Amino acid sequence: MQLLTNRSKVVVNKEMTLMEKLYIPAIFGGMMITIKHLFRKKVTIQYPEQKREFSKVYRGKHILKRDEQGRENCTACGLCAVSCPAEAITMVAAERKKGEEHLYREEKYAANYEINMLRCIFCGLCEEACPKDAIYLTEELMPANYDRSNFIYGKDKLVQPLGTSAHPKTYKPYTK
Amino acid sequence: MSKNAIQYVYHPENFDKSDPLLTQLSDLKSQEMIINLGPQHPSTHGVLRLEVVTDGEMIVKVIPHMGYLHRCFEKHAENLPYNQIIPFVDRLDYAAAMNSEHIYAMGVERMLGIEKNIPPRIEYIRVLVAELNRLSSHFLGVGAYAMDIGAFTPFLWMMRDREHINRLLEWVSGARMLYNYIWIGGLYYDLPVGFEARCLEFVHYLKPRLVELQKLVMENQIFIHRTANIGVLPLDMAINYGVTGPMLRASGLRYDLRKVDAYSVYPEIDFDIPIGEGKMGQVGDCWDRTSVRVEECWQSLRIIEQCIEKLTSVHARTNAFDPQAMLPKKIRPQKMDFYCRGESPKGELGFFFRHNTNFDIPARCKVRSPCFSNLSVISEITQGAMLADLIAILGSVDFIMGEVDR
Ligand code: SF4
Ligand code: SF4
Repeated sequence: MQLLTNRSKVVVNKEMTLMEKLYIPAIFGGMMITIKHLFRKKVTIQYPEQKREFSKVYRGKHILKRDEQGRENCTACGLCAVSCPAEAITMVAAERKKGEEHLYREEKYAANYEINMLRCIFCGLCEEACPKDAIYLTEELMPANYDRSNFIYGKDKLVQPLGTSAHPKTYKPYTK
Repeated sequence: MSKNAIQYVYHPENFDKSDPLLTQLSDLKSQEMIINLGPQHPSTHGVLRLEVVTDGEMIVKVIPHMGYLHRCFEKHAENLPYNQIIPFVDRLDYAAAMNSEHIYAMGVERMLGIEKNIPPRIEYIRVLVAELNRLSSHFLGVGAYAMDIGAFTPFLWMMRDREHINRLLEWVSGARMLYNYIWIGGLYYDLPVGFEARCLEFVHYLKPRLVELQKLVMENQIFIHRTANIGVLPLDMAINYGVTGPMLRASGLRYDLRKVDAYSVYPEIDFDIPIGEGKMGQVGDCWDRTSVRVEECWQSLRIIEQCIEKLTSVHARTNAFDPQAMLPKKIRPQKMDFYCRGESPKGELGFFFRHNTNFDIPARCKVRSPCFSNLSVISEITQGAMLADLIAILGSVDFIMGEVDR
């Protein structure tokens, strides 16, 4: 009859010695390995209690930065929106009024700035395109949510809170 | 949309071709039956559906159904400037994003004619990160394969070691898997300070682990019995199907684009190309394919060591070095058709560009994906195998559905 498989290896069942038949040394040897591993350093992290260190350039949730005097850096130039491959950024520009100089650094500012986090692919090109050092991707992870509309982050969630020091991500491994 | 874009016409007669089953029930013999494997199946490595016609335990026919992970990469690319395509190139082969980026960036640089001006340090960093990523891709491939055929420990061990690579690459680029690190004409960042030393440490850490892997998986009797002489892919069939990468090399041809095309700085680096020798069975069986991957890990380590040696001596870090200095201000290639290929962990990855406008948007960007060609051969090599061996054959192909469906 024609063979249906191309398997040609013959399995040899060697006669086992009495010691091997008892299986006790083998079981003992196996258990030793298990016990040894119990006392090794764990490679896993107990996540919510323990958090691992992120890279200095990690690309997580965005932040719109303020300068040292607490004024918003963004000037609503739209370069980030143009450079975004996922078309996640939208903004509405407005002109700075008299008396708002302590709020906005430039004469034009973003009255409305939204990033759709469901579209965003965290590529970091917006950070790269920004001429005013206004947008940065931080080490914060994006939290989950039950509602799609909650993923559209407006200025309330993006702008760096007042009073906090400059964002830790000031590290740039090269100079521009 | 440009004027000469192709207008697709709706053909109702093609509708039949998208039928979920290609085998008609009326064609089956009385003892045959159709089994659907996937699309949601742990051992299909993604969303692949296999229509399997079986005769008892024997396989009569296997028809892969693809397209469940189609994300319109090529259509996307037709609407984006060259530099913005890179994040999407990452998402083709998400297990080896650096390699895809490297080949893509190389292709666009050649179109622009600036590939000679790239500083050697940048090229060495590119090769370093690409080889690190090749290691991680092979770890995922071998580990997941061992898990497919019933060994869970190697998978966890491989994941543990792969985590180090992910962390290293995160340190470099800022993301764990989808790096967007290699840019056209440069890099996102320079290597962080202390990376070379940490990387060497990792190489020393990994060497005993690879020996362990060799013992745990490759010389394991159960593993050998499950893989030797299974799914033998003869060399002529491999060539006819356009199979590349470790699968082709396992069939006995010493063909590696890193040597054949000698792109980037690979000609300056000393490494070997492992091929399948049929140590446990026939040449080109599942064991050989896995063995070639493990051997390639050793070669990748050699390349990494040489890169680090170069990056700390001849092309050492200087304060004046700016990885973004060479980025072209405007990406305006000549009007042309261009094909660029390179060796990704899965095989020959190629990008075909057609550029016929004055903008920086390609008119067409076709991907020649190695996984697609490698996958197409499974209906041939599973002929007459047992149903349980189908899983073993499928895993040994080591495909990534993101690249098959694009
Ligand atoms: S974040 Fe930067 S790039 Fe975007 S609009 Fe504001 S200033 Fe312009
Ligand atoms: S990270 Fe990338 S995708 Fe996300 S908003 Fe910035 S440019 Fe767009």
